[in-house]
Amino acid sequence: MRKKEVALKGIITVLMAVVGILFLLPFAWMLSASFKLEGEVFTYPIQWIPSEWIGFRNYEEVWFGKHPFYKYYWNSIKVSVATTILSCTVSALAAYGFSKINFKASKWLFFIVLATFMVPQQAILVPQFILYRMIGLFDSHPGLILLNGFSVLGTFMLRQFFMGLPNDYIESAKIDGAGHFRIFAKIALPLITPAVATYAILRFIWTWNDYQNPFIFLRTDALYPIQLAMQKFTSINGEFYSLIMAAAVSAIVPLLILFVIGQKRVLEGIALGGIKG
Amino acid sequence: MDNSQQVKVKRRRSSMQTKETIAGFIFVTPMLLGVSCMVLLPILAAFYISFTEWNMISGIKGIKWIGIDNFERLVEDKKFIRALKNNFLFLFTVPAYMIISLFLAIIINRYVYAKSWFKVIYFLPYISSVVAVATVWRVLFHPSVGPVNQFLMTLGIDDPPKWIADPQYALISVMMISVWISIGFNMIVYLAGLQSIPKDLYEAAEIDGAGGWYRLTRITIPLLSPTTFFLLITGIIYTFKVFDLIAVLTQGGPAGSTNVMVWSIYESAFVSLEVGYASSMALVLFGCILLITIIQWIGQKKWVNY
Repeated sequence: MRKKEVALKGIITVLMAVVGILFLLPFAWMLSASFKLEGEVFTYPIQWIPSEWIGFRNYEEVWFGKHPFYKYYWNSIKVSVATTILSCTVSALAAYGFSKINFKASKWLFFIVLATFMVPQQAILVPQFILYRMIGLFDSHPGLILLNGFSVLGTFMLRQFFMGLPNDYIESAKIDGAGHFRIFAKIALPLITPAVATYAILRFIWTWNDYQNPFIFLRTDALYPIQLAMQKFTSINGEFYSLIMAAAVSAIVPLLILFVIGQKRVLEGIALGGIKG
Repeated sequence: MDNSQQVKVKRRRSSMQTKETIAGFIFVTPMLLGVSCMVLLPILAAFYISFTEWNMISGIKGIKWIGIDNFERLVEDKKFIRALKNNFLFLFTVPAYMIISLFLAIIINRYVYAKSWFKVIYFLPYISSVVAVATVWRVLFHPSVGPVNQFLMTLGIDDPPKWIADPQYALISVMMISVWISIGFNMIVYLAGLQSIPKDLYEAAEIDGAGGWYRLTRITIPLLSPTTFFLLITGIIYTFKVFDLIAVLTQGGPAGSTNVMVWSIYESAFVSLEVGYASSMALVLFGCILLITIIQWIGQKKWVNY
């Protein structure tokens, strides 16, 4: 590359870095406020580095104070992990059934499943609520898990990958006397593990961040996942912005870690189907 | 092959087909059951309930069939019309973040070092929970002590807008936050689209002496049209479903200035307990999204071209 081009690229990189920092300023402010004394949160000009180091005092209050966050964290972990496992299992099974098993009804059954994708959940909240009230799933973790457990998106995505597997693998296994369950578990599923992992990470993130469903389908405080707890915490501690910011950081950090670990997969998954929860 | 052998083969084949069918049903049943109970049944119920008056507390017996009264009321309900209008105003966020994302994607794809860092930076708001992000913005936009207004005041603006507390600025504030959140997702999809454009097209254009503008408008943008179309459709659908941001930031206020369809549905169903009326709103929402999906089906073939 010519020298001029290298220099130009360098300058643009620096400019873009400045734009990037501006873009992330809200995060910086949040992080900084979470380490401040309440009285110093709004001092202006903004002190990005707190003048007095109070350590993790705000975080201690958030995590082990009156409304201990560790409980809500546990709820979020439980619900997100269970939803992810359920959704991956159901979707993988259906995806295999719709792509690698030859049966007559397959086509129109798949059409039914795809058609439900057009129904926005917001349009059926009321009947879902009534149904949950009637069958006793309202205000429970299993109910919440079931709400996000049947994903058309996941089925569709994994089906694409199953279709990419050569049929010879399955035919030769069949000749060896293997049934579909063995083929699914021992051959097909292991071959598309990367796709399942991508979908699992995305599903986990979406469930962790979900606010609408817990908001409508949960009432008991002890069952709250982190997003609801965060909202409650804000309304209780209305004026304690340093605590609220510590809570916000706590709500984001686990996902940040997951994202950094699975970065390549998440970005690929998003780019691949261009998917959105 | 004599006759009896043929029959045997046929029988074996059909028994194998039965086996396949049974296996097929077993594999897809959990999913089918799930979507039937969670989606199909509820949407049918929503259709029915939208023609009734019901407050849920009175039990199933309290359902009263009232025909299209709910829909007649909807047409004249100023609050709902405002919400619908706000949803349409919200649509302006889509082209806004798409243009910004495309611009960023082109720069990051070709003109910077440390690409993956930039991807992570712009993706962060998307990965963060809406509740946490919205809470932060609410504090940043605080009318008197918030950093945004303090900054504006040092710039000499004595009377800065009250942002989400001001009926005039509330919707635009929420929209700005929504743009900020959505940039990352759109940029990642655009980056993937850019990488799928064959490099030799650019090289050929360069040999022909084509300038940067020409390459952008004659190669990049046309070849990205499937991506653009996809992002436009998902973006529009997403704006119609917006709820979390509104619920955390403004709850439809102040003075209904940020009320949107889903928030209206929530309020009439779970606050004023008018379940029938809420369901009629839900059907309008469903109709909007159905319409967009149909446009997508037709448009995919018609408008996506090189």
